Amino acid sequence: MKLRVSSHLHAYTANRNDIEAEGATLAELFDDLDRRHPGIRFRVIDEAGHVRQHMNLFLNGTKQKTLEATLKPGDDVCIFGALSGG
Amino acid sequence: MALSLLIGTQKGIFVLDGDSSRKSWKLRDTVSHFGNVVDDVKQDPRNAKLLLAAAKTGHLGPTVFRSFDGGATWKEASKPPAFPKVEEGKDQRTVSQVFCVHPGHPSTPHRWYAGTVPFGMFVSDDDGDTWEPVAGFNELVSRPEMDGATPAGPITHSILVDPRDAKHMYVCCSSGGFLETTDSGATWKHLNKGSVAEFLPDPNPEFGQDPHCAKYHPLDPDILWQQNHCGVYRMDRRKAEWERVGLNLPKEIGDIGFGIVVHPREIDTAWVFPMDGTSVWPRTSPGGAPAAYRTRDAGKSWERQDGGFPDRHGYFTVFRHAIRTDVETPLGLYLGTTNGEVWGSRDEGASWECLVSWLPRILSVEVAHDLPKTP
Repeated sequence: MKLRVSSHLHAYTANRNDIEAEGATLAELFDDLDRRHPGIRFRVIDEAGHVRQHMNLFLNGTKQKTLEATLKPGDDVCIFGALSGG
Repeated sequence: MALSLLIGTQKGIFVLDGDSSRKSWKLRDTVSHFGNVVDDVKQDPRNAKLLLAAAKTGHLGPTVFRSFDGGATWKEASKPPAFPKVEEGKDQRTVSQVFCVHPGHPSTPHRWYAGTVPFGMFVSDDDGDTWEPVAGFNELVSRPEMDGATPAGPITHSILVDPRDAKHMYVCCSSGGFLETTDSGATWKHLNKGSVAEFLPDPNPEFGQDPHCAKYHPLDPDILWQQNHCGVYRMDRRKAEWERVGLNLPKEIGDIGFGIVVHPREIDTAWVFPMDGTSVWPRTSPGGAPAAYRTRDAGKSWERQDGGFPDRHGYFTVFRHAIRTDVETPLGLYLGTTNGEVWGSRDEGASWECLVSWLPRILSVEVAHDLPKTP
């Protein structure tokens, strides 16, 4: 499955916006992401399994707060920094 | 001995190198972790090449970075501080900030400790690569009765490891109080008698005080100093009661502040950098006139040291990690301000000069020795 990430995660993705990972759920997808890009999961997902306050996780355009959703081929997953600032 | 200042800022780590006289300072071109909020960065006194940094960004979660070449290259901890997963339905605590990192006792050469927001303590025995909770501490401070919080959250800071005994430690919790363990963190007791909590209905509780920064004296680790939200205190641990020596500061200055440092060779000498704690708590230099205050008699009297600082409209805020000493003779002092200036004194506070300006908001300053040069 292809994913899109924002520049906040480039330190983990070798500066790539488009990466790949596999999983039947978002939780499995993040486990695989962390195997491919060690450390990335904890910067985006906290110990409680929630998406961190200032990160956004979109599944087919819908914001996700947890990793419970199941995935199917062709799903669009994006991990972006949230809008913030003064 | 070559000195450098490791400067943790809202936007990364900066390094300021001093010459042998400490008269000339040069900012390195390289900024480590640019864009990261770096609350603390420390050099390992047991291994000068090893640096640890507590960091997060505005978006990403908290972590620890490690450098084994004096800051030239960095690796992220493979298991950063995180609370263990709890059963479904129970309150899952989450680390929002690694606030401080502290090297362990010389007898445990690879051990480090970390303090977090919310209250939490973690230990690493592999130079900061993997971190485990200090269960006894975390169980105590997660109890509902210890639910105080400062504007920056419930902060764990000032991890003091007794140089005589690796099992004996003190840890401070802002709005939680001063804690002591004698069994490496398995059990803890409150050590707050004599320190007040003027922001609580009962100003003399067993715990809940708001220590901002604490130090022991290296010549006698039973002598403790504390800059608290409610005053400056000193304790002889053998007597187990804090004495508010800040009441001897001038009334118009007060004894509110964030940081405190001690003279490594003079047991009764310490410095504070008072902040305005009146009315709505501006937390800037009282009267817009920055000054350090030094005691040389264990807090019985204090001497104003403002040489070189602006005498008006100087609204400095100096956070708890951002005032430090070196070990040179005469002693050097360094402080970093939230408006991005580092000030230094090489004559024990008698005169000060601005060493660098225009940095991001400064959160911590650390004196490093013989730091390897980076490319």
